[in-house]
Amino acid sequence: MKALVAVKRVIDYNVKIRVKADKTGVETANVKMSMNPFDEIAVEEALRLREAGIVSEIIAVSLGAAQCQETIRTALAMGADRGVLVQTDAELQPLAVAKLLKAVILEEDPEIVIIGKQAIDDDSNQTGQMLSALLGWPQATFASKLKISDGHAEVTREVDGGLETVSIKLPAVITTDLRLNEPRYASLPNIMRAKKKPIATTTPEALGVDAAPRLVVLKVEEPAKRQGGHKVGSVAELVDKLKTEARVI
Amino acid sequence: MAALVVAEHDNKMLKPATLNAVAAAEEIAGGDVDILVAGNDCRAVAEAAAKIAGARKVLLAEDAAYEHGLAENVAPLAVKLAENYSHLLATATTSGKNLMPRVAALLDVMQLSDISAVVSPDTFVRPIYAGNALATVQSKDPIKVITVRGTAFPPVEASGGSAEIEPVETTGGAGLSEFVGAELSKSERPELTSARVIISGGRGMQSGENFHLLEKVADRLGAAVGASRAAVDAGFVPNDYQVGQTGKIVAPELYIAVGISGAIQHLAGMKDSKVIVAINKDEEAPIFQIADYGLVGDLFKILPELADELERRQ
Repeated sequence: MKALVAVKRVIDYNVKIRVKADKTGVETANVKMSMNPFDEIAVEEALRLREAGIVSEIIAVSLGAAQCQETIRTALAMGADRGVLVQTDAELQPLAVAKLLKAVILEEDPEIVIIGKQAIDDDSNQTGQMLSALLGWPQATFASKLKISDGHAEVTREVDGGLETVSIKLPAVITTDLRLNEPRYASLPNIMRAKKKPIATTTPEALGVDAAPRLVVLKVEEPAKRQGGHKVGSVAELVDKLKTEARVI
Repeated sequence: MAALVVAEHDNKMLKPATLNAVAAAEEIAGGDVDILVAGNDCRAVAEAAAKIAGARKVLLAEDAAYEHGLAENVAPLAVKLAENYSHLLATATTSGKNLMPRVAALLDVMQLSDISAVVSPDTFVRPIYAGNALATVQSKDPIKVITVRGTAFPPVEASGGSAEIEPVETTGGAGLSEFVGAELSKSERPELTSARVIISGGRGMQSGENFHLLEKVADRLGAAVGASRAAVDAGFVPNDYQVGQTGKIVAPELYIAVGISGAIQHLAGMKDSKVIVAINKDEEAPIFQIADYGLVGDLFKILPELADELERRQ
């Protein structure tokens, strides 16, 4: 079966972000960009399914500006077979991303779609659920374990109270949580090989999708800063302060 | 304008997280807040929901297909009921986060995720980049589908109301998914998301066994026990202990971080706590920059001492 993974280009998780002075957003110029860490886990899981003989081909899809090619190349260097870039300079919100992915999926016909549970930039945690809704497919979100057999996926999900296991019919959408796997690093030979792998480019217009944003961002601000940094010298002093100064115990 | 809150429950008990979403709903829609209880054999939950202060009406949908809250089955119900409402809300727990985007997509609207403030009925504040920025966003959609950051909306009273319970027609199962089983952690301690005091351990704890040092302190304080991602990844404690950007968001009166360096993604989950204490042997650890009280030293010496000191002074 074919697997499709979606990979988002985001500000690298190690970068301390800066809010723009005019409050229109977050500074992205000259900032290191990487693949969303949860999407790396999605790529890795697809690779493991291919290594287990369950998946035959892995297609990596990214949506956004031309530079998203680099994110697709990263997926290809990890081992994905080919890429699709839905190119646009317009802002894409999760509903639009889900609609665009649906259009790509109807062309590619994968049986399993794996994507990160959330992107670490907008922290929305929506796209996988929306995509499966639009396709009329089942969803297994926040996956920490995945087993495929007999046209079903048995998925263990990380939930607030612990773990929950569901069985869903394929085709299905699965969103990854942190402990599903540890993504591999791309080796140098694989990075070289990835340069020759094909990336097809399309656009929202070509896919016939209205990708206009539904939410208007009025402003982006920095949160109030915490005044911290005080040290105490001993356990007794700590307990004293908590009792008499902070009055929380 | 009227709001419908999707209740969180296990068919027997109404979960307190529901009360945070009701609080946000009341800020938006005043007295016109209804509560949906979708489950199986769950009348007791509806009766509890009817007592929530300010609830107008409880919609009770009982069907075997709703027993485990599978999004494929519950989403069509919420969509059917949505025509009577301007806002649909749930708290941003794993079940709210699983269900609501599916509802939003079926309604062809965007979801507003994890809102931390209501500016007006169509404008909300939500944290982005692990809470390192706050976006004010306005929705142009006819129905607003919202998940609510529990810590940002103090819960409404669980009692005092007397809403009517109205059974609603169910939509049955979609036949796409089945519940197989659950391994839920059992604990006598308060839940992380509603605890007044939390003590969390990080990689510095070195092993799961060492968490008993935290538990001794937790016993003295009536605290919940949490963990950083590093401690969960290392297998010290199960995933439901995790506090952070992608784990649980908490804001207790007192948060004690032990052997936690203070990665951005951990701070995202606890930096709105009222008072933060950090215990770490590395005096350069970033956690100290946001801690109200930092104590530099060996946690294996400090924790037993802290437990003793708390006992002595109780």
